[in-house]
Amino acid sequence: MTVTERKEKKVTPDTRARRGRAIGFLGKWAVFAGFIAAWQVATTLAEAPYFPTPSTIGETMVDLWLSGPASQLWLSDAVFDDVVPSLLRLLGGWAAAGVVGVVLGLMMGRSEKLYDYFSPTISFLRSVPPPALLPVFLVLFPIGTPMQLATIIFGVIWPVLLNTIDGAHTLDETVVETTRSMRLSKPRFLATVVLPAALPKIFAGLRVSLSLALILMVISELVGSTNGIGYQMIMAQRDFSLPKMWAGIVLLGILGYVLNVLLLVIQNRVIGWHTRSKSLTGR
Amino acid sequence: MLDVTGISHTYGSGAKTHTALGDITFSVEKGEIVCIVGPSGCGKSTLLRAISGLLPPTAGESRFMGERITEVPHDLAFVFQEYSKSLFPWLTVRGNVAFPLKARGMSRRQRHEVVDEALGWVGLADAVEKYPWQLSGGMQQRVAIARALVCQPALLMMDEPFASVDAQTRAELEDLLLRVRREYDTTVLLVTHDIDESVYLSDRVLVLSKAPSTVVSTLTVSLGAERDQITTKETDDFVHLRGEVARLLRYGTAGVHDEVHEVKQAVPVEAVAE
Repeated sequence: MTVTERKEKKVTPDTRARRGRAIGFLGKWAVFAGFIAAWQVATTLAEAPYFPTPSTIGETMVDLWLSGPASQLWLSDAVFDDVVPSLLRLLGGWAAAGVVGVVLGLMMGRSEKLYDYFSPTISFLRSVPPPALLPVFLVLFPIGTPMQLATIIFGVIWPVLLNTIDGAHTLDETVVETTRSMRLSKPRFLATVVLPAALPKIFAGLRVSLSLALILMVISELVGSTNGIGYQMIMAQRDFSLPKMWAGIVLLGILGYVLNVLLLVIQNRVIGWHTRSKSLTGR
Repeated sequence: MLDVTGISHTYGSGAKTHTALGDITFSVEKGEIVCIVGPSGCGKSTLLRAISGLLPPTAGESRFMGERITEVPHDLAFVFQEYSKSLFPWLTVRGNVAFPLKARGMSRRQRHEVVDEALGWVGLADAVEKYPWQLSGGMQQRVAIARALVCQPALLMMDEPFASVDAQTRAELEDLLLRVRREYDTTVLLVTHDIDESVYLSDRVLVLSKAPSTVVSTLTVSLGAERDQITTKETDDFVHLRGEVARLLRYGTAGVHDEVHEVKQAVPVEAVAE
C-alpha cells in the first residue's frame, strides 16, 4: 500500500481491531490445518501400522460414531453406549466436585477456625495423585460408574476448593464492614457477597478441574469399566484396531477443547463484570 | 442518640502494643452532624469502628438509643473512603443500592421505587443500569451514599468519605450531605482530616489529639442550616472556627501562639492533606 492510498482510506481503530481479530482467527486455524497436513504427510510416508493417517482416523470416527440412522441424528449406537456415559460421568463428577468444593470453600474461606483445623488434612489429601487411589477405589466401589465418579470427584475437587477458599478469604475488608450493618444471615452473606466476589477465582479452579476430570475419566475407564470412551480404546488396542484407538484419542482431544470453550462462554456470561471492570480500571 | 463513654483501644499485645485511642467520651444528639478531626494516625478510623461495633473496644462502651452496642446496630449505615472497594462490582448501580433493601425482604416493586427515588436524589437517575466501575469516583461515592441512605438509617457514619475525590466533586458531595441532613434529619458522625470540611459540615467539631488520642476540645459551630461553599467560608465565624480547629490540632490548645520557636518545635500535623 502506498502512502497516498493509506491517506485516502480512513482506518478507524474499530475496523483495525476487527481486521486484527480476523487475521488472528484465520492465522491460528491455518496453523492447525498445517499441523494436520504435516501429520497426514508424515504418517503416509512412514506407513507404520501403529500410526494411521489422520484421514483414516477421521473415516474410522465417522464409521464409529456418525453412521447411525437419521432418527438418532445420524449418531450411532456407540455414541449412546460409550460417549454419552463417559460424558455423563465426566460432567456429573465435575459438577458434584464443583458444588461440594464451592460450598466447603466458602465456609472455610470465611472461618479462620475451620481453615486452621482442616488445612493440613487438605494439603495432605490433595498431594496424593488421584490415579494412585484407583486401586483403593477399585476395591471400595463397584466397578463402573460408582468407582469412576469417586475417582473423578476426589481428583478434581481440590482446585475448586482451594481457589474458593482463596477467593473467599481475600474478600476486601471494606466489603465486609459495609455489609456488617446490613445484618445479613451467614448463609445469605456467603451466597450474595462472598460467592460473587470469589467467582473469578472459582472459575479459574473450575477450568483446571474440568481438564483434570477428562483425564481421570479416561484413566478410570481404562482400568475399571464395561463401557465408555476409555474402555473402547483399551478394547481396540487389544484387538489391534489401531485406527479405532486413535479415534478415541482424537475424540478426547475434541471433547476437551469443546468443553473448555463452553465453560469459557459460561464464564464470560457469569463474570463478564470482572473482566470488563479489570480492563476498564486496569486493576 | 449516641453516647460514647471512656472508649479506648489498644492494638497488639506484649511489647508491640499500640494504644490508638486513649479515653474518649462524647455524645451525638439526634439530627446533629458531628465531625471528628485529628492528626493523621491518631486513630480516627479506629474510633469509628470501636464505637459502631465493627471492632470491640479494649475498654469503654457506646450506647445507641440507650442500648449498649455489641454489634453494628440495624439502624446504622456506613460510607467509607474506598468507594471502589465498598461497592459490589458484580451488581449494577440499581443492584447495589437495592442490596440492603433486598436483605430486609422488601418487595421487588417497592425496591424499584425506593431505589429510583434515592438515585434521583443523589443525581444518578441516568446511571441506574450502569456498573459502579463505569462511573467516576465522585459518582461511585454518590452510589455508596444512596445505598447508605436507602434504609433511612437513624445514624450515618462516614469514614473520610470525600477524601478520595477531587476538590470540585468534594464540594458537591459536601453540599449533598447537607441536603440529606436537611431533608431527612439524618444524624451524621463523620471522620475527616480536612479542617475546612469539618467546620463547613458540622454542628459540632470534636478535635482529637495524636495517639493515644483523647478529645482535646469540642467546638460548637453555629453557621446555621443553610450553608454555601463560597459565602459561608467568607464569614468571620467560619474563618475564626477553622483557625481555632487548626490551632487545636497543632498545639492541643486554643490559645494564640506568637513565639516562632514554639511553632518550629510543634509536631507537624496533617492540617492540609494526607
